[in-house]
Amino acid sequence: MSTSAGETRVPVMEAPNVLEFPFSRSTGPVIGAFMTALRDEAKILGATTATGKVIVPPLEYDPETGEATTGLVDVGSSGVVTTWAWVREPGPKHPLAKPFAWALIKLDGADTALVHAVDAGSPDAMSTGMRVTAHFKPEREGHIRDIECFVPSSGSAGGESGTPSGGVRTPEEVFSSGTAPNEGSADASTGQADEAPGPVRKISTPIELVYRFTAGRATSRFVRGLLDFKILGQRCPSCTKVYVPPRGSCAKCGVATEEEVELPTTGTVTTFCVVNVPFYGQKIKIPYVTATILLDGADIGLFHLIQECEADEVHMGMRVEAVWQEPENMVPGLEAIQHFRPTGEPDADYDTYKEHV
Amino acid sequence: MREVAVVSFAQSVPARRADEFNEVELLMPVVHQAVADSGIPKGEIGFTISGSCDYLAGIPFAFVSGLDAVGAWPPITESHVEMDGAWALYEAWVRLQHGDIDSALVYSFGKSSLGPLTDVLSQQLDPYYLAPLWLDSVSVAALQARAWLDAGHSEEEMAEVVSASRRAARSNPNTQLAGDPDLKELLAQPYLVDPLRRHDCPPIGDGAAAVVLAVGDLARSVSERPAWITGIDHRIEPHSLGARDLASSASTREAARRAGVGRGPVDVAEVHAPFSHQVPIVAEALGLDGGVEVNPSGGALAANVVMAAGLVRIGEAAARISGGSATRAVAHATAGPALQQNLVCVLEGDKR
Ligand SMILES: [Zn+2]
Repeated sequence: MSTSAGETRVPVMEAPNVLEFPFSRSTGPVIGAFMTALRDEAKILGATTATGKVIVPPLEYDPETGEATTGLVDVGSSGVVTTWAWVREPGPKHPLAKPFAWALIKLDGADTALVHAVDAGSPDAMSTGMRVTAHFKPEREGHIRDIECFVPSSGSAGGESGTPSGGVRTPEEVFSSGTAPNEGSADASTGQADEAPGPVRKISTPIELVYRFTAGRATSRFVRGLLDFKILGQRCPSCTKVYVPPRGSCAKCGVATEEEVELPTTGTVTTFCVVNVPFYGQKIKIPYVTATILLDGADIGLFHLIQECEADEVHMGMRVEAVWQEPENMVPGLEAIQHFRPTGEPDADYDTYKEHV
Repeated sequence: MREVAVVSFAQSVPARRADEFNEVELLMPVVHQAVADSGIPKGEIGFTISGSCDYLAGIPFAFVSGLDAVGAWPPITESHVEMDGAWALYEAWVRLQHGDIDSALVYSFGKSSLGPLTDVLSQQLDPYYLAPLWLDSVSVAALQARAWLDAGHSEEEMAEVVSASRRAARSNPNTQLAGDPDLKELLAQPYLVDPLRRHDCPPIGDGAAAVVLAVGDLARSVSERPAWITGIDHRIEPHSLGARDLASSASTREAARRAGVGRGPVDVAEVHAPFSHQVPIVAEALGLDGGVEVNPSGGALAANVVMAAGLVRIGEAAARISGGSATRAVAHATAGPALQQNLVCVLEGDKR
């Protein structure tokens, strides 16, 4: 069974849509110790388990048993490739800008493998079972990318000794080794960059994803209408309600809305709020009024600005009309309407809009 | 256990870029058809659940607007999983076991053409050790493919899987890639991410799918041959790739055991394995013998609407039961990197 959603093709409007997540993540004691040792000691830590294994990269728990891991131990910065993949065309976010291998690497002394990049020059230089050695960045911040990449181990010995030195450490011992602990300065906002950096308590990994946004048929028609100084809604064939902006469907009935309805630019304020709070990116001087405006003939309110009157004059039932942008400033979106302004007509009777408050 | 059956299934024709439809416009005809074909009036469906992922199209709360396709008035009982629709179907099956309702609508949709899909999927990985490396989804699959090859397999086997998928897809209108490629030509193609060639990877597609489930006598009254769910289970493996055996699928094996795949002969299996090497990994873990017809639809290598492709496997297997060409079928769905999480569903028709 298959369906083809509609036959008519209309030119669909499209715009870039960039999502950014500039989050910090708290690292906790185990991952924080791993990041701290990377930064301060250029060492890779594993977590020891009650069953005698060493998990790298370290976790707070043993994935096999669910039991808490018991401590931290240095593992070698060299190890064996257990599987690999060759990236011919690296993306801009990948660790290396030139072709490289991803590999799972079982470091000396570890029982699980770590994923990282291997700079081997050519896929011919890669093989399962080969030895590779970590190449640390000279400037490190406590982040998995402090390991710039791994490189094939040089020499017949094939990298470092298989038995890393040192015993089991607690996170506190890792945090206090090398540099004096200074928890306050773990936060860059304290501005103590010259002080000992203290334990790594969080990492920052900005995420940026660039999408296309496509408006779909109904919204494209609506936006094209605005560019022609028209407000186009759609009527539900089932409940006859008129949606503006239309989304191609009646959310109540769950059916497609195809019938187009041109609406007047006049309507009634059904509810409103006076914005007194400044916020980043605000374009209008406070106080200003945003309102839900029920256009005449529509069944759903449109959200927009009310201007050309004092904020305290705006009220429910107030009659308003749209003020279009100047043709040279026209934009494909609701900003095609600059704002709504009072018409001066008598207020609408409450009964005419009470269903829509 | 209450008897639960798939009584209808609908899907859209997957499109490389369904730009002319927003997600609701894409989903609505599919939901309408599944409900109409179920023979159960929309207002009598007891539970509605969707599976989708807002990150695919980069539209927060897209799953809420998806409800516009259903018409959630008067208010309905509704749920959502940020997973493939196969997991939504699992929740619906559990919900039907409660005993107070007799039918459920399950739908899923995805528009991954709008975003950088392989990067988007990298952000589902461990946020400390993997996501900051932007380990993309094709590269994860390539690491698994190498592990599988190193376990004694060949690139020829991968090419054979691709060729079989393309041939099967010729008789399925709901696919993106069909044909009859020559093995030698496939193997002569350059690598995308070694050891994967482009054809070892699934196409990107926009689409939707919907299934209606019904219980016992209701299923019998609306369907001539309900596809009874006689076993369903899902299992997950550690998220740390280096803590897993990537060359086999322990979670599929365990889910198959619990779902009872081995309790009888299997006529047909629909396997959700988006990358070529994953088809034999899953088939082996399901315990399918050589006589089982695997992916007569072409599988996820021929069409892979992310978030719907697993539900489509259940729908395709159910359609084989209801159509009478199979008596016992197995459907499989996967989620997460390199087959991390796997769902197995056994479907059976009444004995005739
Ligand atoms: Zn309606």
